[in-house]
Amino acid sequence: MISFIARSAFQKMVTLFFVSVVSFLIIHLAPGSPSQVDPLNPKFTPEMVERFRQEFHLDKPLHIQYLLFYRNLFTGRTVSWKDNRSVLGKIGERFLNSLPLFIVGTLLTWTLSFPVGIRSAIERGGIYDRTATFLSYLLISIPGFFFAYILIIFVVTKFHVPVIGMQTFGLGTTSSLHVFMDRIWHLLLPSVLGATGGVAVLSRYVRSQMLEVEGQDYIRTARAKGLPAEQVHYRHALRNALLPFVTMVGLILPGLIGGSVIIESIFSWPGMGRMAYEAILARDYPVILTVNFISAVLVLAGTFVSDILYMVVDPRIRL
Amino acid sequence: MTVDRDQMGPAEGGLDRPTAPHRTRMERFWRLFQKNRMAVIGLAIFILFFLTALAGLVLTSGTDPIFDPAQIRLSEKLRPPFSMINPEVLTPAEVPTLALYILGTDDLGRDVFARMLQGAWVSLTVGFVAVGISVIIGIFMGGIAGYFGQRRIRLHQCLAASAAAAAAAALAAGLGWLAVAFGGAAAFLLLLAATDRRRRWPAVKSLSAGVITVDTLVMRVVDIMLCFPSFFLILTVVALLPASLYNIMIVIGLTSWMGTTRFVRAEFLSLREQDFVLAARALGVGNFRIIFRHMIPNAVAPVLVSATIGIATAILTEAGLSFLGFGVPPPHATWGNILSDGRRFIFDAPWLTFVPGVAILIVVLSFNLFGEGLRDALNPKLRSRT
Repeated sequence: MISFIARSAFQKMVTLFFVSVVSFLIIHLAPGSPSQVDPLNPKFTPEMVERFRQEFHLDKPLHIQYLLFYRNLFTGRTVSWKDNRSVLGKIGERFLNSLPLFIVGTLLTWTLSFPVGIRSAIERGGIYDRTATFLSYLLISIPGFFFAYILIIFVVTKFHVPVIGMQTFGLGTTSSLHVFMDRIWHLLLPSVLGATGGVAVLSRYVRSQMLEVEGQDYIRTARAKGLPAEQVHYRHALRNALLPFVTMVGLILPGLIGGSVIIESIFSWPGMGRMAYEAILARDYPVILTVNFISAVLVLAGTFVSDILYMVVDPRIRL
Repeated sequence: MTVDRDQMGPAEGGLDRPTAPHRTRMERFWRLFQKNRMAVIGLAIFILFFLTALAGLVLTSGTDPIFDPAQIRLSEKLRPPFSMINPEVLTPAEVPTLALYILGTDDLGRDVFARMLQGAWVSLTVGFVAVGISVIIGIFMGGIAGYFGQRRIRLHQCLAASAAAAAAAALAAGLGWLAVAFGGAAAFLLLLAATDRRRRWPAVKSLSAGVITVDTLVMRVVDIMLCFPSFFLILTVVALLPASLYNIMIVIGLTSWMGTTRFVRAEFLSLREQDFVLAARALGVGNFRIIFRHMIPNAVAPVLVSATIGIATAILTEAGLSFLGFGVPPPHATWGNILSDGRRFIFDAPWLTFVPGVAILIVVLSFNLFGEGLRDALNPKLRSRT
């Protein structure tokens, strides 16, 4: 166990190192340079460009830039090229905005997909199963922003509530209940949209896991000895079918930072995804690289956690 | 394979007749596949879409196309679907072939039907080329990892590769003499190992110690690629590169091969141990002939499934990129950019949003359903039941 953890942690560190190198190279070897973002701006004189390049070490060779960047990142001194604010501070602020979206989206995904998947599996081939299957394919196949517009038009014309942004502007004097409801309405649509894809995929996965377990011999035994169907499904089958999902808890970690660029852009939600998108537009390399680095850390941490959880819950696994 | 006794009638029970089932693999596949009605519908729409895209290519390209997707008619903008043309305001050159806007016109008076036809071909190309690239890389990497997986990469090869990489980096940084030095070092290491194949010299012996297996190397590369948030990576690269149709296809392809690699590797690991591969090797068949003629045809089923679904994902990714303003640039119409251009007029001209949106939905849905049907029909667990 200990040796596995040590080995795995070492492997992940090596992977992380290569990820940092590759992302650095991708960004810096792409054509164009950040000092040329706005060549038509008359204030952008050659001296300015030169000062900019010196300020942010762009005149140094690449490997020095790499070392400088990651030294600054680990000491928390990285600043955004756009507004000279600390990158970690910026990310922290946006992260807090994205967090409610992530939490509500994840809760919706996990609470909806299990009942749907389990019922589909129990009523395999029935009308419910086929409808759920078709609907989940429909939700996977619809372009996200098209679906978002349909939902926005529906909600706005039907319920007459504003949904764009994090809250309605200028609610200063209204009651706190009103403000609270306003926040809820604003939160609802983006998180539902964020959850649709997840529900569709996860419920299919729950269904196939359930079906797999329902085909096992011990389920037939349980049925044969006359247990009620409820007990067979929920005590014998479900418990074993749930096993793989324990590991998926680790895999939702990366969603924390990735956010959704598209959904946050539609709803003008000032979250992580939108910040990353704006950073890409402005060629704000420190922000792009930091977001990339943190998300790589989260992916690796997620797989690490899920490996360990798997060992804990399933004694048959010996890594 | 065991003989299926139900297949033999009493009259033909003798052993002088072939006793195997008379159905070929393709027929068995089709029997299984057609039981899944949604998959068959998906296949039908898939074929229809393919034909539409081909027709679109023929009808909208050339100097004088039958349906001109680029013809601007400012006096006829935002006309609803099925509206007749207004002959008084159009010059003869501007009159569309059908004298009718089947799907309306957009904000520049361009015929949406013609643009959709053109876009079908472009969207299809984006999907197919992107998936083609990812499948080729995936099969190659997965094949190497699965077939040559146990071989070790020697120390000198590692050193030579890093020296070559350093040479390339030095060249990019403009340090010519350093590039030459590193390149020379790489060549020297390879030459040294090549001249002394028996490894008599102690230096060469220690240099050719195994460092890492091929399999580990390939799978670590896959792990590294999986660490990048895929849509964010695509967006970054597409935004930094100059906008072009080819860049988008290549970038989507280069960032989506990991799944295929894993499938192919898993298949190859089990196929490599099978008797027919051993037989081929015993006959002296070369490695690459074994890989391409004997193993890949047997490993292609999961790749086919993931490719079908990959095309659907690529079309959706392209639409998402168009929405963010990094899609295929203007001279080409794609369903994604018709959709994202149309959203500004969603209340005045809802058809500009709904026509491409529903079209993408139907096509992607058909690809997904077809892919899933394919997976079920190719699944050996289900196959043995019939």
